Amino acid sequence: MLSKRIIPCLDVKDGRTVKGVNFVDLRDAGDPVELAWNYSRQGADELVFLDITATVERRKTMVELVKSVARQINIPFTIGGGINEIADAEALLNAGADKISINSAAVRNPALIDELAKAFGVQFVVIAVDTRAICDKNVVHLNGGRLPTERETLEWILEAESRGAGEILLTSMDHDGTKAGFDNKLLKIVNDAVHIPVIASGGAGSVQHFVDVFEKTNIDAALAASVFHYGEILIPDLKAVLRSNNIEVRI
Amino acid sequence: MHETKNNTEVAEPTQSKAPPSGGGGGIGIIRYGAGNIFSLTAALDRLGIAYGMVNTVEDLQQFDRYIIPGVGHAGAAMKKLESTGLVPAIKELKKPTLGICVGMQLLTSHSEEGDSTLLGLFPIKTLKFKDSNLYKVPHTGWNQVYPEKENLLFKNIPSGSHFYFVHSYFIEYNKAYTLLSANYTNQFSASIWRDNFYGVQFHPEKSGVYGETLLTNFSKI
Repeated sequence: MLSKRIIPCLDVKDGRTVKGVNFVDLRDAGDPVELAWNYSRQGADELVFLDITATVERRKTMVELVKSVARQINIPFTIGGGINEIADAEALLNAGADKISINSAAVRNPALIDELAKAFGVQFVVIAVDTRAICDKNVVHLNGGRLPTERETLEWILEAESRGAGEILLTSMDHDGTKAGFDNKLLKIVNDAVHIPVIASGGAGSVQHFVDVFEKTNIDAALAASVFHYGEILIPDLKAVLRSNNIEVRI
Repeated sequence: MHETKNNTEVAEPTQSKAPPSGGGGGIGIIRYGAGNIFSLTAALDRLGIAYGMVNTVEDLQQFDRYIIPGVGHAGAAMKKLESTGLVPAIKELKKPTLGICVGMQLLTSHSEEGDSTLLGLFPIKTLKFKDSNLYKVPHTGWNQVYPEKENLLFKNIPSGSHFYFVHSYFIEYNKAYTLLSANYTNQFSASIWRDNFYGVQFHPEKSGVYGETLLTNFSKI
């Protein structure tokens, strides 16, 4: 059976991880490649690198990061952050990225999804959606959830799918950072509406939250950052609990 | 899946640092512009497996075995392969040859993707997964594979191990040629084998330790 995927997310700036990491056996907790290697050894199924570099050299630093990861890591990985055009995506593909994640650039120019899918295949194109509820309506937000758009979340996701998105990474800004659990209600609505894989993000605080999101929504994958970085949840323990709840995982 | 662009090779090493083991020439990677191979060559580098690139028929002679990589559209990949002039020589290969993903599908006789005629080294077909509410397409993620036969390619890899798949088209199950089976909307061939020809639908270079074991096994077949 196809396994549910567990995906640690690493925030990277200028080639270094930004958030502190509490792994006892790391020589350098800021080195994204060493962290990635550690997660792959723990049993992570996939990795997401979110690059928040803001300098003019950003594409170069992203490409260098992707090459280092591809040289040393034996599981698939996605890179996102500031990818605005075909040339950005092509440079990352050639450096060994399995997928790229696009957020704001796709909302501002939806035709970019069509272009990327046509050029590199749908499997390469992840559309990241940051959503926040405003008056009982789920609304797509940009700039890390600070800037509301005119787009309703489900309607935007369906458009992205029809244009050639291969996967949706859905982050609930209402849940993100709360450690109170994933937004299972919205995730189920989205997962039932699309025919491409959906990754849940935002709100993971305990092992039970992962059990809940898979049981209640049947989503394909769950992503988290801090609970993994600070060692609050160890991936082997998480997977053992998922398996004991009859959720298919790779161990 | 959509057609994949013919990528430039700026970031790809064209030859391994490792010397060929046993005095042979290592693995020749068939280059025909169907997708990026950085992750594959990186895996071979990590494993210390020697490799080089095959661009012409003359290049074939220097290697002990071959890998046919590939992502994207099978029909488009076949057209690119034909344009290299390598097709007649590939059909005559007597050394171990491994097709990966679309590179495996090229070994079959036909694909529903673009109604394409392929190499025909296996008289079986590549079909499209039926999209439904229960099964998403592309089939994306880690799925289990089960050996249908004894073969060195799967040495030291337990039955039911997980490998990483990303594909919308699959090779039908066939008792004569299926080496590993897997299940999604239906049972299909995760790996095929006939004489010196092998194919794997998953990406061994992205499939953790067992994927690396499989590549090492292939380098010794």
